Amino acid sequence: MPGIQRIAGRAVALDRRDVDTDQIIPASWLKRVERTGFAPGLFGAWREDPDFVLNRPGAAEAKVLVAGSNFGCGSSREHAVWALQNFGFQAVVAPSFGDIFRNNSVAAGLVPAAATEDAVTRLFAALAADPDAEVVVDVAASASRGALTCQVRRSARRATRPSFGKVRPRTACMGRTPRRSRRATSPRET
Amino acid sequence: MTGRLFDKIWDRHLVASPPGEPALLYIDLHLVHEVTSPQAFEGIELAGRKVRRPDLTLATMDHDVPTIGLDQPIADPLAAEQIARLRRNCAGHGVTLHALGSIEQGIVHVIGPQLGLTQPGMTVVCGDSHTSTHGAFGTLAFGIGTSEVEHVLATQTLRQVKPAAMAVTVDGELGPELTAKDLVLGIIRALGTGGGVGSVIEYRGAAVRALSMQGRMTVCNMSIEGGARAGMIAPDDTTFAYLEGRHHSPKGKLWEQALDDWRSLATGDGAEFDREIRVDASALRPAVTWGTNPAQSVTIDDAIPDPSSMSTPALRQAAERALAYMDLSPGMAIRDISVDAVFIGSCTNGRLEDLRAAAEVVRGRKVSPGIRALVVPGSARVKAEAEAEGLDKYFTDAGFEWRSAGCSMCLGMNGDILAPGERSASTSNRNFEGRQGPGGRTHLVSPAVAAATAVAGRFTLPGDL
Repeated sequence: MPGIQRIAGRAVALDRRDVDTDQIIPASWLKRVERTGFAPGLFGAWREDPDFVLNRPGAAEAKVLVAGSNFGCGSSREHAVWALQNFGFQAVVAPSFGDIFRNNSVAAGLVPAAATEDAVTRLFAALAADPDAEVVVDVAASASRGALTCQVRRSARRATRPSFGKVRPRTACMGRTPRRSRRATSPRET
Repeated sequence: MTGRLFDKIWDRHLVASPPGEPALLYIDLHLVHEVTSPQAFEGIELAGRKVRRPDLTLATMDHDVPTIGLDQPIADPLAAEQIARLRRNCAGHGVTLHALGSIEQGIVHVIGPQLGLTQPGMTVVCGDSHTSTHGAFGTLAFGIGTSEVEHVLATQTLRQVKPAAMAVTVDGELGPELTAKDLVLGIIRALGTGGGVGSVIEYRGAAVRALSMQGRMTVCNMSIEGGARAGMIAPDDTTFAYLEGRHHSPKGKLWEQALDDWRSLATGDGAEFDREIRVDASALRPAVTWGTNPAQSVTIDDAIPDPSSMSTPALRQAAERALAYMDLSPGMAIRDISVDAVFIGSCTNGRLEDLRAAAEVVRGRKVSPGIRALVVPGSARVKAEAEAEGLDKYFTDAGFEWRSAGCSMCLGMNGDILAPGERSASTSNRNFEGRQGPGGRTHLVSPAVAAATAVAGRFTLPGDL
């Protein structure tokens, strides 16, 4: 199996550090005995706030979550990964990840893409300016280069706005790749 | 003796180490509970596999079991289904299960050591992040996710990238009011929640050597709260005295052989670590968390910190969010904060020594009016031993509820939860938002401080009562 080569799609910016797995999927959801059906529980408590990023228009179509450092710290619950996947996310870009969350992501096929703090800050800025932008995580290129390769493509809507001037369709965003993101190219072994 | 404890255990368990890929490690003990295992058992069954080593696999029920009304059917149908699944899975695969009602049932990290199953030099895994507890015995023990649980069930091995080796050296001596909980909260404060990511911590130094096994388990238990993969302490005479005579401990000549082997595990004097931090035990004071991660703590003598004093914008933003959630303001004295609930229990502080420390404080006193106070022993055996010492009477006479064993209000899966907005003093390990129930506010403390706080109604030291 070729594994995951490239993920391209809308992104949700969650500018918080130390997002723990209790927030990603609250414990009340852990009674399920399946790997599916967790999407409604994703960030369950935070989603009660109508302004939460996952409640914004277009978030339901997002494939990439961008977050602060130490994403997925805390509990070993793989349900956190399943919840992100069930919702539609295929990759999380963050400066660092909780170790167990990262292993769980690789096992389940969610790409934990580690970028530098700086690169993630730039991603947040780009997404703040253009929430409809497409983020491309090039897993295959990252694995061969040993550095995360991701790009932000400005949305068509923004690109037509004169205030943004000349359209730069590709803003390169380079950062450190974790050893594990290479493993995302291989399927889970069990 | 040269080399590090961590490397010695790692090397002994290496099945394969293909270049450029994670190593394949042999697993000596796999602990299983009801919440993170059903999908794993389903996975091996769909693949037509069996549990490879049921004799090295042990299951119990802890995460969503009720702690009252054990003579009644389980009221929560989802929890009942999860527990029924565990029974079926264990019966179908020949895995020993310490079920509800058994004297050996309890929190998975309390029963492993109690049975003598956790021994120096072993690799121990479980689908639970607090598996790091077992590192107190000089084992390499860490939490895994459900896909990894499935892998271990099927193969008794695990693919792992070798973590870095970090040393946390605690010099000096813990003061009389200090416990292992205060020590580990102090270490995590120094380390930060992500400070240990990618590392296995070896705790060393005079203050660590002086800890009992229960105290060592408390310290290793919370390694994950500093982000570490695992925590470990080299085995010594304290370890051996704890293990001698336990049900699964080696006996007779095998015990002597085991001791020789275990003594060879300690890290040599000249060994170097990828990173080392030093903590002065004599500078610590009893710890109370104020925020929504375990690194956000101060001492009981302090006030709530001002987010503007934080070193980075991200930390400041996190502190502001935490204070808003916790409904606290900078400058407020910790001792002025009153609580609605007190929880004594969990894999961090639910062992007999913890209950003794709390009982000593509440003996002859009363819980402050309006406070709901709960004691949940870490295992059925801990409960029985505590009752044999009369500890349950001290608690119930004071107004505590005396419950049966389980994870209970540590993660609030079984209905033992805070109401929205309620504030607890808790001996558990996580003060995350909503951890003890949606909208609940958790302050992590030691058993002695939790007990004193129950009596006073606000954060208090036993000596101040």
